[in-house]
Amino acid sequence: MEKLLEVKDLAVSFNTYGGEVQAVRGVNFDLRKGETLAIVGESGSGKSVTSKTIMRLLAEHSVIKRGEILFEGEDLTKKSEKQMQKIRGRDISMIFQDPMTSLNPTLKVGTQIMEPLIKHQKMSKAKARERAIELLDLVGIPNAELRIKQYPHQFSGGMRQRVVVAIALACNPKLLIADEPTTALDVTIQAQILELMKDIQKKMDSAIIFITHDLGVVANVADRVAVMYAGKIVEIGTVDEIFYNPKHPYTWGLLGSMPTLDSDEDELFAIPGTPPDMTNPPKGDAFAARNKYALEIDTQLDPPMFKVSDTHYAATWLLHEDAPKIEPPEAVKRRMKGFAASVKEGEM
Amino acid sequence: MATNEKLLEVKNLKQHFKVGRKGVVKAVDGITFDIYKGETFGLVGESGCGKSTTGRTIIRLYNATDGEVIFDGEDVHGAKSKQELKKFNRKMQMIFQDPYSSLNPRKTVLDIIAEGIDVHGLAKNEKERKERVEELLETVGLNREHATRFPHEFSGGQRQRIGIARALAVDPEFIIADEPISALDVSIQAQVVNLLKKLQKERELTYLFIAHDLSMVKYISDRIGVMYMGHIVELTTSDELYKNPVHPYTKSLLSAIPLPDPDYERNRTRIEYDPSVHDQDGEMTLREIKPGHWVRCTEREFQQYKRELENN
Repeated sequence: MEKLLEVKDLAVSFNTYGGEVQAVRGVNFDLRKGETLAIVGESGSGKSVTSKTIMRLLAEHSVIKRGEILFEGEDLTKKSEKQMQKIRGRDISMIFQDPMTSLNPTLKVGTQIMEPLIKHQKMSKAKARERAIELLDLVGIPNAELRIKQYPHQFSGGMRQRVVVAIALACNPKLLIADEPTTALDVTIQAQILELMKDIQKKMDSAIIFITHDLGVVANVADRVAVMYAGKIVEIGTVDEIFYNPKHPYTWGLLGSMPTLDSDEDELFAIPGTPPDMTNPPKGDAFAARNKYALEIDTQLDPPMFKVSDTHYAATWLLHEDAPKIEPPEAVKRRMKGFAASVKEGEM
Repeated sequence: MATNEKLLEVKNLKQHFKVGRKGVVKAVDGITFDIYKGETFGLVGESGCGKSTTGRTIIRLYNATDGEVIFDGEDVHGAKSKQELKKFNRKMQMIFQDPYSSLNPRKTVLDIIAEGIDVHGLAKNEKERKERVEELLETVGLNREHATRFPHEFSGGQRQRIGIARALAVDPEFIIADEPISALDVSIQAQVVNLLKKLQKERELTYLFIAHDLSMVKYISDRIGVMYMGHIVELTTSDELYKNPVHPYTKSLLSAIPLPDPDYERNRTRIEYDPSVHDQDGEMTLREIKPGHWVRCTEREFQQYKRELENN
């Protein structure tokens, strides 16, 4: 399959009064057409910065230190702002977390959907209006003809996020970046938006980068998963590999900290401590201080990506041939067998 | 451990807000439930269903429109002297959702936590006051040295610990936790939930845990009430609620939670809730469908649900 996006050794820093914050420290991944990659991790792990860098939407005090972002073979890091404006909204578009702030409160919803159509596809106003109504229909907003004349405050949270999705999809983008698109929404509304996104992806064959910290959502939408910690991808693989055969202790921690619906565990498997300060990243493996399986070498050398399968890689010294064989904790093993408890036995 | 002794009785509680000149929003419209000593009672529902309003009305942040709240045998609403209020305030405390806006940014952690101690005169002198705060900091997993710092120097999870320490400062019996973990990262959520459970065991606390994350509520609660549009539509033990949900809204809510299990997710089908399925005539009230399992329904639905439950 054809690669739509390749991110190679990307590093991004912020210059602040407190010094240089190394938000992203060498990220590699690729994305094929029609595929959904979920990026998970805690706040500050660099997942949003990575996606904003692809869109070149970084604030002024940030610098791309090194690396390439190849989109259909062209390096986005070398593009001028003017060139990027042609790409944003047409080839790559973005859905932000908060539908309350990502719409312009002073413009009618219709005007906001028509904007990219007129700008990128050179549609006439009348034609763009027609298309805007179609798009609202597509995202499941009833009475579209009437609704395009309304302002964002006349919509509920879920409906606003649908409008944001409609704007993002207006020009049939090849790549859609969704940064926590459902975090601010209720579960039932979240389910509707996720179904909508998957449905539209099928119709348009767009690739999606889905950023979230909700592992339930990841299991629902992702084909592949990248787990980020302290500015690096620590594990990447297909959704089944990450959930049923995780190798990195941080991934174990993330899975273990979710309660299952059927077990009565006395205590949740929490990851102790907090993420490191990225103005001064620790030597060696950044996760070592919170990792009870950390080895001597973790404090000295950052682990490379070890290959687990053709699609599955993890950056932990535990996968080195000389490392002691360590089994994931019980709580995590139970979850690897499937949260719903009825599935997966003996397949691993 | 949960006991059979009622600590809190909420009877037909109503909270109506005036909107504009004529409109009324019935945020909470007549709910009744009991909370037993030592248990964790979970209240779930979507935004706008009235779960937070319920918590805030119980602790008297709002004056109830109607109904009674009886705590330890005493009515806590209605006219009260300052003395009585003070006594009551000590027994009941609250932990808020947003650890960023619920701590005064201009006060040190010491002063934030000690506020309750000062109001109730629980420390004889400055030294004792400081000691108490430092003990509390250690109880919630922070350091003594943190007392002199300001809230902005802490992460979200640490701030929520400060909020918990503040609630514990006056030795309450009952804590209302309003979405205490929603603003936190997954790995930190587990830390805070473990802490709440540990404190409950050590101090025999009773919790009202308000949340929209059903899997966490299931984990921490003994019993759960599901709220929809200002009413409790189903109330039972957390196991029973997940195994045998009866009300169509509960079923829809449960079917909407994504679980971290790709195989399960591929096969999950969502049930949508259609309020028009309900019996339109007949009185809607909470009825006991099975010992300890209550559902809001009419008499006819009651018979129907009962049959369904027996056939399961």
